[in-house]
Amino acid sequence: MTFNKILIAKMTINELQDNIIEEFSMFDDWMDKYALLIELGNSLVPLDEKHKSPQNIIEGCQSRVWLNAELNNGIITYQGESDAVLVKGIVSLLIQVLSGHTPEEVINTELYFIDKIGLREHLSPTRSNGLLAMIKQMKMFALAFNASNAK
Amino acid sequence: MNTEEIQHIRADFPILEEKIYNKDLIYFDNGATTQKPCCVVEKIENGYYHLNANIHRGVHFLSQKATEEHEAARTTVADFLGAKKREEIIFTRGTTEAINLVATSFGEVFCEKGDEIVISVMEHHSNIVPWQMLCERKGLVLRVIQMNDKGELDIQNFKTLLNPKTRIVSVTHVSNVLGTVNPVAEIIKIAHEQNIPVLVDGAQAVPHVKVNVTELDADFYVFSGHKIYGPTGIGALYGKEKWLNQMPPYQGGGEMIQTVTFEKTTYNELPFKFEAGTPDYIGSTALAEALRYVEKIGISNIAAYEHELLVYGTQRLMEIDGMRIIGTATEKSSVISFLVDEIHPYDIGILLDKLGIAVRTGHHCAQPLIDSLGIPGTVRASFAFYNTKEEIDNFVAALKRVVTMLS
Repeated sequence: MTFNKILIAKMTINELQDNIIEEFSMFDDWMDKYALLIELGNSLVPLDEKHKSPQNIIEGCQSRVWLNAELNNGIITYQGESDAVLVKGIVSLLIQVLSGHTPEEVINTELYFIDKIGLREHLSPTRSNGLLAMIKQMKMFALAFNASNAK
Repeated sequence: MNTEEIQHIRADFPILEEKIYNKDLIYFDNGATTQKPCCVVEKIENGYYHLNANIHRGVHFLSQKATEEHEAARTTVADFLGAKKREEIIFTRGTTEAINLVATSFGEVFCEKGDEIVISVMEHHSNIVPWQMLCERKGLVLRVIQMNDKGELDIQNFKTLLNPKTRIVSVTHVSNVLGTVNPVAEIIKIAHEQNIPVLVDGAQAVPHVKVNVTELDADFYVFSGHKIYGPTGIGALYGKEKWLNQMPPYQGGGEMIQTVTFEKTTYNELPFKFEAGTPDYIGSTALAEALRYVEKIGISNIAAYEHELLVYGTQRLMEIDGMRIIGTATEKSSVISFLVDEIHPYDIGILLDKLGIAVRTGHHCAQPLIDSLGIPGTVRASFAFYNTKEEIDNFVAALKRVVTMLS
């Protein structure tokens, strides 16, 4: 997926979600959707080793996810990784959608794109891939940043 | 068994005709649970429609009839396992409950602080955690039998773990991850030389190999109905009478008592002492039906055919570059755990699913084993007698496609 950076900066979270939905709607076949997800996973910027700390790990039953967040000038930048490439693909989508926004925007977001592109099963608690916990953690980071901003 | 016989058998399992994402279902997750033949489902249906009444207490016709069926099911299980007495069969919800029962009741009377329990490195969590809980409760020590590179238990190592403090050995008959068929007869013989009883977890064994608890001289043998084409929520514990008689009840309630007063309750005799509450009499009769179904096909025919599938599947999988089979024991049941290069098992499992293929991925409830192998988990294909070589061919073709996508 090729989003131009300037464009991303101007887009709202929901516009970004809608873009992803449109991109995935071009595929009827599951394997094509997954091929795109694998591509996204493989092109995800690897998480800096220093951020692969035990405190950044979200342990799933099947796969593990690492997540890091930084706040610069009121904007959150997320970084993440997983040992499973499909999970990495979804991590990449989540980062595309939520990175570059304010904590408040992240907190107030309803994430609907995963459901709409048919990847909901990866968020089922029984999948235990760490993704559900990761989304919660992304919001927790935003909440924490928001709280420290308010001080 | 020939192709015609297999097709005949497949017709007994309507679920095998299901389409998954518009693809033919290939069900290779039999280690997790098996599919049910029509006769088992019909038995359940018939039970609820025509034979439903609470057992062991009613004076009326239906209750008598339901009681007879339930007790006949106990005899079927006893015969299937080669138990000497039907009273030595306790119905449980499955393997997990059976092990918890023994860990709790046996542990209560036979274990004291500082005593030791021996299990193996390849146990399912259900044969680890109940013992750990007992260890915590009573201050016991858990000892673990190690294995070699092929995934076979190290019998020399096992011998060194036994000592006068060892109270029980609890090992799996067949590993759910590696497929290894453990030499339980030898393990029992060695333990008995020191008068140590042995529990065998037969969950993965009874559907695939002939079991005779009397010949094995097992003290306890446990299995789940749903892994042998029976319903979920029913299983059995075989226990030697001499042990079961000395063990206190596991749960209190109806059925398990002789007389109850507020001062003192006396317990019922075997097997009822261990079956508190209304038993799953529908489940027990359906389980008996499943065992009859298996016996009709013949466990030796099943074992021979599944071995064919194992050999063929292994050979076909080895065609794939980077294929690494986890568990290469000489004595192995129809379970193939594998990894391909560094590809995560989750990725393979998800993509195979989209092609209609059901396999299990992950640590298979055997985390200590997976950790000891230093891998993130495995993809596991486990075969049953209704699977075919053609399905294996389609599975291998799908796997090749998936591996190409993920490489």
